[in-house]
Amino acid sequence: MPAPLPVPTRQVEEVTDEAGTADTPWQAIVWNDPVNLMSYVTYVLQKLFGYPEPKATALMLDVHHKGKAAVSSGDKDKIEIDVAKLHAAGLWATMQRA
Amino acid sequence: MNGWRRSGRGAKARLVATLEQQEVVVLRGLVGEVREMLAARSADAPADELAELTGIRTGSSTPPEDRVLARLLPEFSRDDPALAGALRSLHEPALIEAKDGAAVTVLESLPDGGGRVELTPEQADAWLTALNDVRLALGTALDIQEDMPEELPPDDPRAAHLGVYHWLTFVQDALVQSRMQLLQR
Repeated sequence: MPAPLPVPTRQVEEVTDEAGTADTPWQAIVWNDPVNLMSYVTYVLQKLFGYPEPKATALMLDVHHKGKAAVSSGDKDKIEIDVAKLHAAGLWATMQRA
Repeated sequence: MNGWRRSGRGAKARLVATLEQQEVVVLRGLVGEVREMLAARSADAPADELAELTGIRTGSSTPPEDRVLARLLPEFSRDDPALAGALRSLHEPALIEAKDGAAVTVLESLPDGGGRVELTPEQADAWLTALNDVRLALGTALDIQEDMPEELPPDDPRAAHLGVYHWLTFVQDALVQSRMQLLQR
């Protein structure tokens, strides 16, 4: 996200996959990128997940400052849909075992 | 375009802006280009007899080689290529359709020759999606970084395009701010 501070964040440590079993919850991860606006990311998180504005803002700031944030968790099917919705909105998102 | 203002309340709430003729031309051109790229990607999807029989569409399981398309259609997984391929194949047709739908909404609401744009909240959401896709495409092509300057030296071939990119950023950011205010009502 371009505003307000330049924070190069391509280099982020991977969250380790805890060798989970099939019923381990999954997470949707949003990654920082230099194009998506902070305001837009916050809005998308409110709109897609129904998060109140403070929570959406906190997650957005995690993405911005830490390079990524887990924005939702649940079973694999739910997270797959969440990631598809995030992609439809143009966010850079992936899924992984929690 | 000086930003967006709200008109009306409740179910009649609209977000309104005035676009210059040249701004309409630029938006039409860029949104149309993204549509063409996505359509070309769809056309590249492998023919699948099973899909033709069942009517269940499948897309390619490999990411686009073109880096702009690859940014518009990212991988579902970083560490599991098999999962990423399977989910891409399953979801990509609908994702392309959704992005194209948002682009069409923008094209249909643009006043030829410039003038007033009036969006319902749903249309504003389509605009946000399509503006974001255009910025992702242009931003990737321009190799935008977080610390991008407002202007590049005049002899940089990207200088003129960067101006367009910053303008799109302004239009989208202003629309997000206005749209969020509707959310809180």
